[in-house]
Amino acid sequence: MLIRQKQLATSWSFPSIDRWSIIALLIAGLALLPIAIILRMLLLPAPDVWQHLWATRLAEFLTNTVILLVGVGTGTVLLGTGLAWLVTAYRFPGQRLFDWALMLPMAVPSYVLAFVFMATFDYTGPVQKTLRDWFGSSEWFPSIRSGGGAVFVMSLTLYPYVYLLTRAAFHEHALGTFEVARTLGATRLQAFFRVVLPMARPSLVAGLSLVLMEALTDVGTVRFLNFPTLSDGIFRIWHGMMDRDAALQSAAVLLLFAFAALLLERLTRGRARYVQEGSRGHGLVKVPLTGWRALMATLLCFFVLATAFLLPISQLILWSVYELQQRMPEGLLAVYWRHARATLMLAGTGAAISVLAAVLLAYGVHLSRSPITRLAARGAMLGYAIPGAVIGLGVLIPLAWLDHTLNDLTYQWWGVLPGLIFTGSITGLIYAYVVRFMAVAYSSVEASLEKVSPSIEAAARTLGASPVRVLFRIHLPLIRTGMLTGAVLVFVDVMKELPITLLLRPFGYDTLALWIWQNVAESLWGEAALPALTIVVTDLLVVGILIRSATLRFRAH
Amino acid sequence: MLSIRRKTVGLTFIGVMLLLLSLGACTNQSATQTVRETVVVTQEVPVRETVVVRETVEVPVEEPIVYVYSARHYGQMETAFAEFTKETGIEVRFTFGSDAELRERLKAEGRFTPADVLFTVDAANLWLAGQEGLLRPINSDVLESNIPDYLQDPSNQWYALSLRIRTIAYHPDRVNPAEISTYESLADPKWAGRICWRPSTKSYTQSLVASLIVHHGYDKAKEIVSGWAKNSKEYIDSDTKILEAIAAGGCDVGVVNHYYLARLLDKDANFPVKLLWANQDDRGVHVNASGAGVTTYARHPENAIRLLEWLSTERGQRLFADSNFEYPANPAVTPHELIKSWGEFKRDTVQISEIGSLQADAVKLMNEAGYQ
Repeated sequence: MLIRQKQLATSWSFPSIDRWSIIALLIAGLALLPIAIILRMLLLPAPDVWQHLWATRLAEFLTNTVILLVGVGTGTVLLGTGLAWLVTAYRFPGQRLFDWALMLPMAVPSYVLAFVFMATFDYTGPVQKTLRDWFGSSEWFPSIRSGGGAVFVMSLTLYPYVYLLTRAAFHEHALGTFEVARTLGATRLQAFFRVVLPMARPSLVAGLSLVLMEALTDVGTVRFLNFPTLSDGIFRIWHGMMDRDAALQSAAVLLLFAFAALLLERLTRGRARYVQEGSRGHGLVKVPLTGWRALMATLLCFFVLATAFLLPISQLILWSVYELQQRMPEGLLAVYWRHARATLMLAGTGAAISVLAAVLLAYGVHLSRSPITRLAARGAMLGYAIPGAVIGLGVLIPLAWLDHTLNDLTYQWWGVLPGLIFTGSITGLIYAYVVRFMAVAYSSVEASLEKVSPSIEAAARTLGASPVRVLFRIHLPLIRTGMLTGAVLVFVDVMKELPITLLLRPFGYDTLALWIWQNVAESLWGEAALPALTIVVTDLLVVGILIRSATLRFRAH
Repeated sequence: MLSIRRKTVGLTFIGVMLLLLSLGACTNQSATQTVRETVVVTQEVPVRETVVVRETVEVPVEEPIVYVYSARHYGQMETAFAEFTKETGIEVRFTFGSDAELRERLKAEGRFTPADVLFTVDAANLWLAGQEGLLRPINSDVLESNIPDYLQDPSNQWYALSLRIRTIAYHPDRVNPAEISTYESLADPKWAGRICWRPSTKSYTQSLVASLIVHHGYDKAKEIVSGWAKNSKEYIDSDTKILEAIAAGGCDVGVVNHYYLARLLDKDANFPVKLLWANQDDRGVHVNASGAGVTTYARHPENAIRLLEWLSTERGQRLFADSNFEYPANPAVTPHELIKSWGEFKRDTVQISEIGSLQADAVKLMNEAGYQ
């Protein structure tokens, strides 16, 4: 270990810098800038702000954040691992269907499920109404607008991350050892808890850290369900108390949480790789379930699928049809197209630029001999772990400064005012999107680039092609699928995005997600249905891709 | 394997730190820059001058368009604006957001804002925008004669265009209205677990609490609001849902804007919830206003003023106030039949400027009092 560190130390003190490492460093610098700006807040002494924050609601935001993380973490691990083991190790009616269908809830953003659940489980909603008809009272029914409600909603939409990864781990690695443990006399339960689960643990924790990152960045669910966490708190402090400095300080605290989640992922990733190096087990012989056990298994899977996917989908369809029939369809459609156009424009541009940056980085890492390139690429990926509100603020501050400085200078020199070039246009918004979602594009591009055989490249080079020519003639055609997948993933992520859009959108760029946010703020749930349905249907495209590859490589990397 | 990872994490950290150091200077500069910039701006682009220039030009040079920052979310399809476009040929474009969010936006954009008009749903926020130099004084005889003095800014930076009464709603089967005739009475422990409140993030709640501070002082007001919070059954971020919860028996009492009940009654005349005018024996019921002003740096100020003027006329008021069952700000226009039947009431005449200046205190008070 000592020797290795020494080696790295030498290579660091005499880094070989080439063209690719410069490009990679440039991209990484841009990607890290917003994060650094917020991180810097922690180094600035601001005792007044802290006192004020502490005296008001910071403690509540912190507690709620911890409750949400622990609750959603537990919920997703139980649901995800339990269901994955059920569909892998047992045979019961519908098991083949549930095997892939249980990933579908991923397509429903948490904030969409949140408002559908509010309409369904609220005091005035159909569930409590029925309960009152049957039993006379529904007082005992827990309120959906609560921490419990938020944990419930987010566990249902986020468990597929854990499900997907542990299921893959069960399939690929753990099953052979399961058989061995069984022949050595362990019961099925013992074998599961003492052999299979520990071996799948790296995948499980990787899934869990993704879940925690999602829970940290969420603004919509916790706002709708009245359970303010740090992400929502930033907006409450800024817009409610008109205190930007305090908002920035809380953003810095939120950043620390994000680093903790990242650390969790990084620490377990090493072990994940170790496990993958082990020999593959052959498939497990599924145990057929009979009688009430089979019925219970089917019902459990169906219940999860129904509450997390079928219910919201059908409710959204019902509302949308009602809206289109009952209200002025022309007015509604005009508003719809306006939002859809803005969304298409933003998500399209965001996806294109993310993929472009990803190809540059991945190709750079592929070609460059400098360790700096790899390091810079890693740094550039950091954004996927950072909550949107943090990146939004981190982009807003330098760009606003740049805008005003630029105007001052041009006015002094030429008497011209070019206006808000960065914050008044979609530049800032796209920048923030790319910082946040580039990693998603990178992983799929990198994955397909790795599959390109080095001999093809070598052959092309021997035949006299320049590296750039090799890129355009050999690599780009071969990694097209990877680029396309990356673009689709980023597109959908931008489409669903709330906090960054809320902070940085210029005039006339309200997205479908924002339309949902505004309508739900007024509890106009029916009017939020059409944009929500659009998002869910588009998202299903991504889940389709996922179900096909049935791994989470693009995220876990 | 682990050691490599540790090293990379370490190196990433060093990189970030270097970045931080280099950033040090920038942000400090930015503070001084912005301050200086605002000063320059007020000197360079005096509003008067623009107005003078405008008057000497005979042909209107503005594009037929007006950009509006609006907090009226329910205005996505408001008929009044469509009608305005039909009559004048001026297209109205919106960006929607909450009152405070839009004000922060105007502040950040400074002289480069694309917005010509700021439309809020809360009078205190208009006043704050005026205080912050975000709105310009306007000269309009039409607005002067249509909108009474107490509903406009003394320096003509903004005008209220419709009124909303924030008062107490209850279920007549379960509540005796005599027991809840004042906002203060809702702090009585006998209502424990029976009231549905709107959260403190909504400007309506903030203005109501600010009016309590005006009348009782901070400490007494805090006592009342803690009482409210203790009696809370649930915080619901929608007046409509609060009313529906009262109707269904989820809670017995709530505080809502009057037009939400009017909307429900318009759909179903038998909707079982009733309103009462609060504090009629002392200061009167809390009145709020939705209104607008022209932004300091508007690029289409003529169109903006025209929009405001049109909305203040009888025709404009009819469409604008009636479509949402609000009380027209123009006294010549009678309220919609449905709300007219609710009768006259005594209103709290506290100055909008007082409420506005206490807005931030109100949020702080609710945080301290445990009101969500």
